[in-house]
Amino acid sequence: MTPIRTLRMVAPIAATGLVLAGCGSAGESAADYPEQRIDYVLPFDPGGESDITARLQQEPLQEELGQSVSISYQPGAGGALGWSELTRTEPDGYTVMGCNLPHIILQPLLRDDAGYETDQLKPVYYFQSTPNALLVPNDSEIETLEDFVAEAEANPGALSVGGSGDFSANHIGTLAFADAAGIDVTYTPFSGTGTAVPALLGGHVDALMSYSPQIVQLEDDVRAIAVMTEERMPGLDDVPTFVEQDYDLVDGAYRGVCVPEDTPDEVVDRLAEVFATVNEDPELVESFEEQAFVLENYDPEESIELTDERAGEYEDLLTRLELMP
Amino acid sequence: MFPDLLDGLVANLHPAMLLLVLVGTVAGMAIGAMPGLSATMGVALLVPFTFAMDPTPGLVLLGAFYMGAIYGGSFTAILVNAPGTPSSIATAIDGYEMTKQGRSEHAIVAATVGSFVGGLVGVAFLIFLAPPLADFSLRFGPQEYFWVAVFGLTIIVSMSTGSLFKGLIGGAFGLLLATVGISPVGGDVRFTFGQPVLQGGVPLVPALIGLFTIPEVIRLVARRRREAEMADAADGDLQGWLPMVKDILSRPVNLARSSVIGTMVGILPGAGGSVANLVAYNEAKRASKHPETFGRGEVDGVVAAESANNGTVGGGFIPTLTLGVPGTPPDAIILGVLLLHGLRPGAELFTTSGDLVYTFIIALAVSAVMMAPVGLVAGRGLQRGVVALPVRYLAPGIALLSIVGAYAIRSSVIDVAIMLVLGVAAYFLSRVGIGAAPIVLGLVLGPILETGLVQGMLTSTGAAQPWLTFFTRPVSLVLVAMSALALLWPVYQARARRDRGVPAQGGAD
Repeated sequence: MTPIRTLRMVAPIAATGLVLAGCGSAGESAADYPEQRIDYVLPFDPGGESDITARLQQEPLQEELGQSVSISYQPGAGGALGWSELTRTEPDGYTVMGCNLPHIILQPLLRDDAGYETDQLKPVYYFQSTPNALLVPNDSEIETLEDFVAEAEANPGALSVGGSGDFSANHIGTLAFADAAGIDVTYTPFSGTGTAVPALLGGHVDALMSYSPQIVQLEDDVRAIAVMTEERMPGLDDVPTFVEQDYDLVDGAYRGVCVPEDTPDEVVDRLAEVFATVNEDPELVESFEEQAFVLENYDPEESIELTDERAGEYEDLLTRLELMP
Repeated sequence: MFPDLLDGLVANLHPAMLLLVLVGTVAGMAIGAMPGLSATMGVALLVPFTFAMDPTPGLVLLGAFYMGAIYGGSFTAILVNAPGTPSSIATAIDGYEMTKQGRSEHAIVAATVGSFVGGLVGVAFLIFLAPPLADFSLRFGPQEYFWVAVFGLTIIVSMSTGSLFKGLIGGAFGLLLATVGISPVGGDVRFTFGQPVLQGGVPLVPALIGLFTIPEVIRLVARRRREAEMADAADGDLQGWLPMVKDILSRPVNLARSSVIGTMVGILPGAGGSVANLVAYNEAKRASKHPETFGRGEVDGVVAAESANNGTVGGGFIPTLTLGVPGTPPDAIILGVLLLHGLRPGAELFTTSGDLVYTFIIALAVSAVMMAPVGLVAGRGLQRGVVALPVRYLAPGIALLSIVGAYAIRSSVIDVAIMLVLGVAAYFLSRVGIGAAPIVLGLVLGPILETGLVQGMLTSTGAAQPWLTFFTRPVSLVLVAMSALALLWPVYQARARRDRGVPAQGGAD
């Protein structure tokens, strides 16, 4: 894979030739980090939740780091292409990549060879989550979680629940809920939230397991019957949680950034500090709340704990449902 | 609505705004003309620059850029058989033939007029019919997308100028290529031969560059010089741009039909410009009095493809702005920008932020209008340059552009390799009469077909016979009928021709 590495190195060098010429060998000493532009790579198509978040972070990041931050995209295979590429990237802290749970747990777990292993990605900081939310159209006869369970019990397998992707937070959330409630529903994966939403609005699926921002975005057209948080979300007081209805389900998609596993701890800690400060940026905080993103603060160590804890739960659930390969 | 519409119009007449739209349109055209830099990528690259601006000018710049990029894709499609974006696939079919015949100027003018009209028609639908059309788009579920793809595949019948059998082989090869990677439903890993890099599948843009452009480079080199006719303005073609414009406007039905097709396909969130231009091309051929000229330098083919793809711009914004559901990939980015500014799509957006929304929409129309003069100057300038360029510069130039384009999408050497392998394969396939167009068709429609089928079966698990739902839904039925008609039409046409004593199309070559 040398050609890739060479070419990937050439591009930033060409772009920052002047900076490099001024500083000599950049990236060797962690104390001076960062000395040049930082590439913030998203392993998804532009326009999604990760993109929106990165755009909000870009400016405060540049202020904190004193260097420019450029956002780019390496989409493919639900993020796996980018993450596999990250394992072959120079561990100098100048390439950070968006990292999502449960994706980076489930892909290596369920695919023969995802191109990377979960622990090859060193988490820097998990700064945001979007809890799972169960949505039905406004005119649906299902008004509560109880109705939903009753409907599923009356017609096992007939209730169709759409969501974004296979073995995503939406999918595993649907599986976990069906398992906890002892019901049988059919999950249909769509290529993303963007294609799942019209399927719900057009009545092609009965319900959608989606993420919290959709509660706000679609408030005119859908009813959120439950959300997978410990407590009701701020600003969404009328949306009950699964927990208060005796389903111990707290889950969703977590967004953070990772670096290659050999990146020096000093660099990781410096980056984590910066992301923690960015999480306090008033504009970002306000925008997060408006869009029903949940602010999270997992430092590198806590991020590893979070990953391990989620991994354990998913493995248990998938083993119980006999879905492990 | 109308006061806001008027305000939007007035806002757009401000010199600073006009300049902004002009800059956006021209920049979009330049990026769109680069193979590999698709409209989506260009819009994404532009987003950071708009953060320094207020929401309204920022969105106006993005919209104008998008409109220009879709049009710009036609230049390289026509001049060097390299569709600049997936929206210009069908443009290359007749556009490049025209170039080979020394009629590239006519083709560029056709693309310009088509894009101009298509852009305006799409915006008109966006202004006047957005809510009902958005509701209509929701009636397209998995089953309907399946049939849209089937209908799209019937295009193979009309694209196979030589033998239908060879066209079907090409289409099947394309469908097979589309199955590489993680399956869209189920997440299974297919045909990656143990290479994790193939999990992302065969990326469309590198494949397009490979399948269309590389065979042309090989041909140029193998022949060492272009056909003598490639020199500008062969006998028998129109001279000067004004007669060319008049010629194209003299067939308004084709323009109108293709623009409306583009708008309608743009509204469907599961399809976009890459599908629209192919469908419009096919319908133009079907409706033509001389379908045998399509694929051999028919100017109406260029007009159809280019008016359709610019129609998708306005069409795509219909679900984006009214439902918050992006109609096309660049719409997803613009939707993200709206959300960043705290603007939530929906009926409310049109009332609470009416001035912003209508300024944006009108700017799209202004951009479409500006494309005409800019395109007639820049497009024809580019055309003169390319036609005058000796092959010893042209061939390596196109090859370099292809490699950079394939690499640029996601900074991946693998994409360059995929592009080159498919390109060489396409060259040899073309030697045995299997064209690139059916392969691309399979590659574009394969995922829509598969996703529709599997999702349709899953969502109707509750039905007694899930597969029956593919035939019982009203919109599906219409699409089934259209597909059947599309398959039978050439047979009928051939029979009608035989009765009139005209030789059947394409039978003899």
